[in-house]
Amino acid sequence: MARNKDRGIPEVNSGSMADIAFLLLIFFLVTTTIANDKGILMQLPPPPEEEIEIKLQERNIFKILANSNDQLLVENEPFNEPTSELKQMVKDHILNFGKISSEETVDLYNSLPASLKSQAKQDPASSDSPGDAIVSFKANRGTSYELYIEVLDALHAAYNEIYAERVGISAEEFLQLDQSDDLQRRAYKQARSGIPKAISIAEPDK
Amino acid sequence: MSKFKKNSKASQDIPTAALPDIIFMLLFFFMVTTVMREQEILVKQILPKAEQLSKIQKKSLVSHIYIGEPTNIGTYGEEPRIQTNDVFVEPDELTLFVNQEKDKLSEAERDRITMALNIDSDVKMGIVSDVEQTLRKSNARKLLYKSLKSLKD
Repeated sequence: MARNKDRGIPEVNSGSMADIAFLLLIFFLVTTTIANDKGILMQLPPPPEEEIEIKLQERNIFKILANSNDQLLVENEPFNEPTSELKQMVKDHILNFGKISSEETVDLYNSLPASLKSQAKQDPASSDSPGDAIVSFKANRGTSYELYIEVLDALHAAYNEIYAERVGISAEEFLQLDQSDDLQRRAYKQARSGIPKAISIAEPDK
Repeated sequence: MSKFKKNSKASQDIPTAALPDIIFMLLFFFMVTTVMREQEILVKQILPKAEQLSKIQKKSLVSHIYIGEPTNIGTYGEEPRIQTNDVFVEPDELTLFVNQEKDKLSEAERDRITMALNIDSDVKMGIVSDVEQTLRKSNARKLLYKSLKSLKD
């Protein structure tokens, strides 16, 4: 078995490799659509079986109405400011402790971090406690979807900022909490305990 | 002028041996991130912008509904239409679509189905609320209003 030393290793010409790769690359560049499966998550209430009358205190409900000209009526007053202002109003409404009635409310207040305590007011005309506060949004059939999302975004932002501040993270980080991770799931649960996300989307008038 | 003349005999060539590797790396990136469009979208789609976006935890649970002005106005008119899979449907026909989508999932996952609403920002709320009410009745109550990330100012 004498080996011929002159033979060497057979070489494949790889000069055009880059060209082939380029061709494939351009194909994928053109056909690609980066998937953006992101959006505002919302849970609809169960279908109405029978009309149940629930007595709610008027002061607990923060009312937002939108008409077909995309004008807003917030708490019975026309609203012309940017939606960031609306977010602040909703936050104030949620964090209001108007009537401290039960021990749970006291516990809830004590569990809030100092930064949220300073925001919590005691306006008797506004909601009783974060647990009772409800935000109601009613759009008209002629309202544009764009405004609808804008308002919905502001409402979610108000809640998410409160939740995030409770566990000491930013609103961005709160949204990215991974439910499958135990530790992050606990933070999520802790942030939401006692303050339900009570956003009510009323059915538009026919 | 001679000041600028280089006397060095070092080679001026850029080594291109690593070029294929770099291109392959890019290629793999695009191959992995790419999603082939499985259906043709027949309606206008300019999604609204929002900030409070959450990601879908499990993609297999998501079904898409598209609403917007048909791109082919000549055939379908200007009124916003609802598209599921490859056809236009009426709001009350959505129950059928929901049931079909639910059948694809396993028993345990059926209640967790998420409907992704891809709605054009020019659409009026009337049709959107019709869709919401139908979904509510057909017990697909998790909604995702698809939107793009808006830039903070």
